[in-house]
Amino acid sequence: MFVNQFLFLAAVLFCIGVYGVIARKNAVLMLMSIELILNSVNINLLAFAMRNGSTDGHTFALYIIAVAAAEVGVGLGLVLLVYRNKKTISVDELSEMRG
Amino acid sequence: MRIFAAESEILAPLATGWFLENAWLIPVVPAIAFALIILIGKRLPMKGSELGVLSMAISLVLSAGTAYQWVQRVNGASEEQFVSPVVRSWSWWQSGGFDFGIGQHIDGLSVVVLFVVAFISTLVQVYSLEYLRGDRRYTHFFAALTLFSGGMLAMVLADNMILFLLGWEIMGLCSFMLIGHWWEEDANSRAALKAFFTVRTGDMGLLVGISMLYFAANDWTQANLGLSGFSIRGISAWALSGEPNSSVITIAAVALFIASIGKSGQFPLHTWLPDAMAGPTPVSSLLHSSTMVVAGVFLVARLYPVFFVGLDILGSGGNLIVIIGGITIVISAALAFVQNDIKRVLAYSTVSQLGYMMLGLGAGAWLPAVFHIFTHAFFKACLFLGAGSISHSASHHSFDMKKDMGGLRKVMPITFATWIVSTLALCGVFPFSGFFSKDEIIDNVGYNGYNTFMVVGLIGAFMTAAYMTRATYLTFFGEPRGASAGHAAHDSHSAHDSNTAHDSHSAHDSHDTHSAHDPHATPHESGLLITVPLMILSVLALSSGFLNATPFGESWERMKLWVEPRASVVFEESKSGGPGESLNLVAGVVSAEDSHSKSVCGSATPEEGVCYAPQLNHAPFKWSKAIMSMLIVFAGGAISWILSMLVFTKRDPRVAGLTSRIRLLGLGHSFLVNKYYLDHFYEKVVVRSVAYPISRAAYWFNQNILDGVLHGAARVTTKLSDWVYKNVDQRVVDNTVNNSAVLTKSVGTAAQPTQSGRVSQYGALLFSATAIAALVLVIVNT
Repeated sequence: MFVNQFLFLAAVLFCIGVYGVIARKNAVLMLMSIELILNSVNINLLAFAMRNGSTDGHTFALYIIAVAAAEVGVGLGLVLLVYRNKKTISVDELSEMRG
Repeated sequence: MRIFAAESEILAPLATGWFLENAWLIPVVPAIAFALIILIGKRLPMKGSELGVLSMAISLVLSAGTAYQWVQRVNGASEEQFVSPVVRSWSWWQSGGFDFGIGQHIDGLSVVVLFVVAFISTLVQVYSLEYLRGDRRYTHFFAALTLFSGGMLAMVLADNMILFLLGWEIMGLCSFMLIGHWWEEDANSRAALKAFFTVRTGDMGLLVGISMLYFAANDWTQANLGLSGFSIRGISAWALSGEPNSSVITIAAVALFIASIGKSGQFPLHTWLPDAMAGPTPVSSLLHSSTMVVAGVFLVARLYPVFFVGLDILGSGGNLIVIIGGITIVISAALAFVQNDIKRVLAYSTVSQLGYMMLGLGAGAWLPAVFHIFTHAFFKACLFLGAGSISHSASHHSFDMKKDMGGLRKVMPITFATWIVSTLALCGVFPFSGFFSKDEIIDNVGYNGYNTFMVVGLIGAFMTAAYMTRATYLTFFGEPRGASAGHAAHDSHSAHDSNTAHDSHSAHDSHDTHSAHDPHATPHESGLLITVPLMILSVLALSSGFLNATPFGESWERMKLWVEPRASVVFEESKSGGPGESLNLVAGVVSAEDSHSKSVCGSATPEEGVCYAPQLNHAPFKWSKAIMSMLIVFAGGAISWILSMLVFTKRDPRVAGLTSRIRLLGLGHSFLVNKYYLDHFYEKVVVRSVAYPISRAAYWFNQNILDGVLHGAARVTTKLSDWVYKNVDQRVVDNTVNNSAVLTKSVGTAAQPTQSGRVSQYGALLFSATAIAALVLVIVNT
């Protein structure tokens, strides 16, 4: 019962995140959506850690937070450089890789 | 060991009230206001500043209510009874058997500091409404200022060291943001970084100290009090229980004191404080009077039992805190003589006054030191805001006393009057507030056997009077010079002494970044938003000393009654507090015959029960001593006045230019101008000795080891590859490659449409693939 609510919250957050990644044109908002996804995973981990009474999930979540911070750092760096070159951060404009 | 309720009479429960129980709201209000200012501040009619002022006003009301109810609580207790703090705590998070709490600890000390912080913050915010009007980052300034106060308030009422650390670090961050508020100028962002890194150096000590105390104290506190080893009450009781290993508690106390040195700008980490003048003046005022720098002193006062036992205060003629405090008083006061920048004079004066507080704490004069926090906040805030008022309205944002000030007493009567009142308070002239606190510190230091340091304190008082007289003379007397004489604003960048060139930024709150505010033609008095806070503060600078006026007898010592924790042995039922539930301490008096003698706390191990505060001595007030220190102060002021007049106005050939004529004096002068070369030492010696060998070692490793490995590997690879080329590459691989190329080409042509180059489409494919895989997994598993 208790865990369910956390899982439900995580699922909702995950879906919002996925929607954001797919539907948003703005690169920064996409990065933020990815953060949402990562954090929904964190919630899952913590919920199960709480149910199992172990600290493994907490440790895992801390690692994810660290990795997410690094990811945002790299991601925002990319966005910044893209903006300097293209004067836009709309991902739709960035289609040079079209096959 | 379990503590039993004493047989002696159980006293009536202490009074409490809504404000005491809900004091945790005090830092929460500014925290919420911070979030609101960041989110919607720019859309509000006053750009978010109204939220900042409003939240500080609410905090002020709440802390005033808390203070009032605390006084009620103390008055309701009997004379020797330990007035237990109002503690409420909740679990913040739990992990692996550690329980990190969050909560409030309201006792006399926190009540005083809460009130001072909320009060000064409110006035500073009101003042900033006018001072920063039109600034380009007006909203962010108020957001940071509000969070800054919130951090300090959270730290002050923290019931455990984790929350304490949180508030401490929030302040570190906000001071960085505020000092570097005008970061477009390189010097300002350098000053902000310097402040941040210097304080961080000390913060290492705080982390080490907290961890050490936790691991040393946790078992004892859990067993005896049902509290965690982070809890401030637990640590205090543990330190006085006779339980701790003496080397552990000494190292912990030294580590914590290193944090205080960094935060409170004590020697040798005081160098960041004067550079912090790069921030807007309201920030300097808040930072120097009641928030940031007081935090270090507050840490020592808060965990006083740890320092009391760890550093053997009262047990010997000198200890680390006293020595550092004493050195700081004298060296920073000496530096204040060679500054041309009015804010820098005040900055060094703050460093020196913090030295007094440390000296007092180190020598067992807890109450005078805490009282000095209280009085110093008012007069120092007033002085800084006065300096800001001058630069705002009279000297075109310059802070240079020698070039742009002088003769301002006629044009700025209110600023002048408040400045004089605060200066007298700072110098400790009877009956201004500084007298009642500073003189008490010096007196008690001597009474507790630290005679050398009493002399240091008196020398410090002499120097304080002298440099403040010099600053007052240069600012308000003599002939108007530069901007205050109505000359057009000139370029103050280039005019600086080459020795101080790298910190010339603080000589002015730069005109260019302050562009929206057009310079006034002639000096005039500031507006009401500036003068009203000044007047309120100067009234308090005059009167706040009477809260603990020792010369007039016991009945005037209200601060001692309300703030100083009583050193009685407390018997309490061991009972762990549930979430949100306040612990009810049942306090008892040891026994009838002991009740008027000194408590054993601090000097011996209590047999039953625990102590929360050590027994301290109070020096009896003597008019003879007070008159002696008054004479010293007046001598300092008079000598400095005569010299200032001869040097700055009359240009008397006997004294003017002495430093350029006599070599020894010149050397001493440049030694002071260069701030004892400490900055050079830190940058040239410490940073280089750490950073250079590392880069050299890395280069050597790169050249010899990595390259050697690479060369060896390359040779082996060439041989191997020859053989591989003939046998594997030509025969096996080429065929495969050709075939797979054909395959790849056809697959590529088929899959080309999916490579649209659109990120969202890739995302959609990725997620749908994942979803399908997940579905398959579910079906397979069930």
